[in-house]
Amino acid sequence: MRKIFDFHGGIHPPENKHQSTQGGIESIALPKELIIPLNQHVGAAADPVVETGQHVLKGQLIAEAHGFVSANIHAPTSGHIRAIELRTANHASGMAVLSIVLEPDGEDRWIELESCDQPETLDAQAIIAKVRAAGLAGMGGAGFPTSVKLGGKDIQTLILNAAECEPYITADDILLRHYAAEVLAGAQLLARVFPRLESILIGIEDNKPEAIASLEHALAAQPNTGNTLAIEIVVVPTKYPSGGEKQLIQLLTGKEVPSGKIPAAIGIVMQNVATARAAWRAVRYGEPLISRITTVVGKALKKQGNIEVLIGTPIAHVLSERGFRETESERVVVGGPMMGWAIEDTLAPVVKATNCLLLPSKEELPAAPPEQACIRCGLCAEACPAELLPQQLYWYARAEDQEKLRAYNIFDCIECGACSYVCPSSIPLVQYYRAAKGTIRQAEKDKRKSDQARLRFEARQERIAKAEAEKEAKRLERKKAAEEAKRKLAEKQAAEKSASAYSATESAKDSTKDSAKKDAGEPDMKAIKSEMVKEALAAAAAKKSAQQDDSSEAEKELKRLQRGLSSAESRLERARATLLKNQEEGADATRLDTLAARVKEAEQKVNDARKKLEAAQ
Amino acid sequence: MSLMRPSSPHTHSASSISSTSSVMRTVVLATLPGLIALTHFFGVGSILNLLLAIIFCLGFETLALKLRKKPVLFYLGDYSALVTAILLALAVPPYAPWWLIATGSFFAIVVAKHLYGGLGFNPFNPAMVGYVVLLISFPVEMTQWRIPAIEGLGYLPLLDSLNAIFAGAHLDGFTSATPLDAIKHNQGLTVEDLYATHSAFQSAKIAGTGWEWVNIGFLVGGLYLLYQKVFTWHAPVGMLAALFILPVFFYDGGSSASAGSPFFHLFSGATMLGAFFIITDPVTSATSTLGRLIYGAAIGALVFIIRVWGNYPDAVAFAVLLMNFAAPFIDYYTVPRTYGHERAQSALRKEDEH
Repeated sequence: MRKIFDFHGGIHPPENKHQSTQGGIESIALPKELIIPLNQHVGAAADPVVETGQHVLKGQLIAEAHGFVSANIHAPTSGHIRAIELRTANHASGMAVLSIVLEPDGEDRWIELESCDQPETLDAQAIIAKVRAAGLAGMGGAGFPTSVKLGGKDIQTLILNAAECEPYITADDILLRHYAAEVLAGAQLLARVFPRLESILIGIEDNKPEAIASLEHALAAQPNTGNTLAIEIVVVPTKYPSGGEKQLIQLLTGKEVPSGKIPAAIGIVMQNVATARAAWRAVRYGEPLISRITTVVGKALKKQGNIEVLIGTPIAHVLSERGFRETESERVVVGGPMMGWAIEDTLAPVVKATNCLLLPSKEELPAAPPEQACIRCGLCAEACPAELLPQQLYWYARAEDQEKLRAYNIFDCIECGACSYVCPSSIPLVQYYRAAKGTIRQAEKDKRKSDQARLRFEARQERIAKAEAEKEAKRLERKKAAEEAKRKLAEKQAAEKSASAYSATESAKDSTKDSAKKDAGEPDMKAIKSEMVKEALAAAAAKKSAQQDDSSEAEKELKRLQRGLSSAESRLERARATLLKNQEEGADATRLDTLAARVKEAEQKVNDARKKLEAAQ
Repeated sequence: MSLMRPSSPHTHSASSISSTSSVMRTVVLATLPGLIALTHFFGVGSILNLLLAIIFCLGFETLALKLRKKPVLFYLGDYSALVTAILLALAVPPYAPWWLIATGSFFAIVVAKHLYGGLGFNPFNPAMVGYVVLLISFPVEMTQWRIPAIEGLGYLPLLDSLNAIFAGAHLDGFTSATPLDAIKHNQGLTVEDLYATHSAFQSAKIAGTGWEWVNIGFLVGGLYLLYQKVFTWHAPVGMLAALFILPVFFYDGGSSASAGSPFFHLFSGATMLGAFFIITDPVTSATSTLGRLIYGAAIGALVFIIRVWGNYPDAVAFAVLLMNFAAPFIDYYTVPRTYGHERAQSALRKEDEH
């Protein structure tokens, strides 16, 4: 027997699992339309590869993964693409996301699938490719693209998560009761992706005896080929949130995922059991992920149970199929009562990660009573699986003290809701933490932005100061030169006055020296002056030619444009010359940049002028 | 469909301590054994104290809430003022004049609680603030404990009680030193002789007539609260352990200079009331379990130090207030190690020391 470790805190909310485990896996009628969001997974939204009006077959690729962290999306049934537009997302915010709207044709006709009779012959890359092609994303709730997780290099332990610790949810339980063999096959398949794997564990809470029996039965029946790792079923005590990734890892291995890292950092990868089964079906039968088992439960429904739902089915359709009594209900929750989110628009669709739709009656899950004062009783700290001090986080969240929030490790909060569940003052603690995390992230973003702006501003100030200093230096030099010249002139005059017999050759030497100095001091000025003269000449020439034949208004306009072009061209020439000269002289980078910019500007003007001229002609 | 968009979790605990009101109600209930013992030994005075304190505390609470423009019934419904009233009433000597209770209630509710922002924001235990203000201002009235009703001496008649409370009639002749006083002012007697001769130890086994039973009463109530998980064991165990271990070092077997045996300290004065009802006030104590252990132990040590070397015979209120000061400081250094972190860190850590 493997040693079961414990994690700190945790709670025991009423399980409420029996309501949905009475029946098997049921099915419902096809909806009138399927709304398939392009982003059902963590990462980039997929790119649609179909067009409005196109007919697609069941399982046909309709949107392709965009980049590495993304997932393919396939048609859940055959039919026509009616639109690719913004539709309400299955998200707490209720925002609209780009979705493919598919109108089923009722035939439910499959595209030809590429099955693989001997999956055990496939190598790791082939398995990952098939999983990626099938568009798998974590089905336990997070929706992380599966193929990305399979890329871990140094993985020793593969854990399948069957804990399903949230009250009400039984999708994995039912899946294991019916498809344990496929789950195990999926586990063996995924195991082959990791060359250094040492163990395969399935973690499951002890409140699912039927599922455990089914797993054990399937494990006994599994052919022992000798070259595969043994799968170990590990039964853990029922305690919320044992199904949290970090908590299950702690339960099964005693290890902790370092703060801010993923399990791969300690050689562990975790997959949901439904994902493992989907991986098996993807590789063995070539089936893409187009449907899933979802628990539809709550006293506001006439019929509760687990349903195999097509991805994209509007929640409203599922509810109407199960006799939803809207007047008895106060909220529609996607997910379980602990971590699920309430949605307003039931036209939002079921997506790959939707494991539960909870429709509690008003008595079943009454609205929270008004928030009372925090008395720091510490029940939250006792319940916290991350061993945080929720009461302190609450104070600092209210005080918006971001430094303290970080010191108390707010980003290690997994938002499991255990603290809010036990809080005697009914404080919506998790909501405070979510808001605080959002504020901190935003503040960090803003800080990065303002840091960049500050750096840019400082660099600019420095540049300006440097240019000013250069100018000033030049000005001083000129002034000095001018004074020198004045002094020389005065001396000369004085010399001439006092001693007219003074050698004339001597003074002539002086003046040449002086002018040479001046030239060396202002090479630019001289060049620019000559350029200006050139430009003026060109303009004058153009004017002259214009005067010669001013027959009509149109031609006048043409001439005007030509003049503009020639002057722009000469300006460009001038700018280029200056740049070239500066480059040769090895001027500093900023000066060169300015000059290069000037050349570009001039080029642009020439182009503009040329275009205008062409248009006129 | 409702426009409210409730956030997760959508369910809430339904245990016996699932609301602040039920926590407070449980605490009120748990004071019963101690109250019964007090009444048994000291007469109806404690109950009269209680009634007066409830009237004044709830009155001041209502007034303060009105002045602060808060919904009165909603806040009265958390029963925190009731708990303050009960703790103050249990700490003040029976048959204390009515104005003593009124003054104590005013300082507890208005000054210590509402001036700091109400429930949850008060850094000091309101009942203890009220008690200490009274003890310092009116030492005579605050140290007059009636002789326990035992061995022929009956209860004070009700009329006399009311006279004492409302008309200021003196209880002279009916009051005596408490066991803690007796030990403190003991001169020349061994502890054994003191137990044999002093009236405060008449027919007492451990820690003084009546007092040992009062303490046992509060211990029973405290264990009930522990069982109900109203608080964790850390603070009470810390305090009791300190108050047990320190006398072990200083109890010399019972000479005249002895500071009293470990059991004497555990079962006399306000030890058990303090350990289970005062220092477990979560608002004013340290927050982490380790922090509460340290907080409790420090209070236990302070109680012993003040009892033995200080000017006051008992010291729970002073020790609690002193440690209320220190609670935030303890908090900074006792942040638990969070999942995924190598070790615990002080909350004083600066951002750039990651």
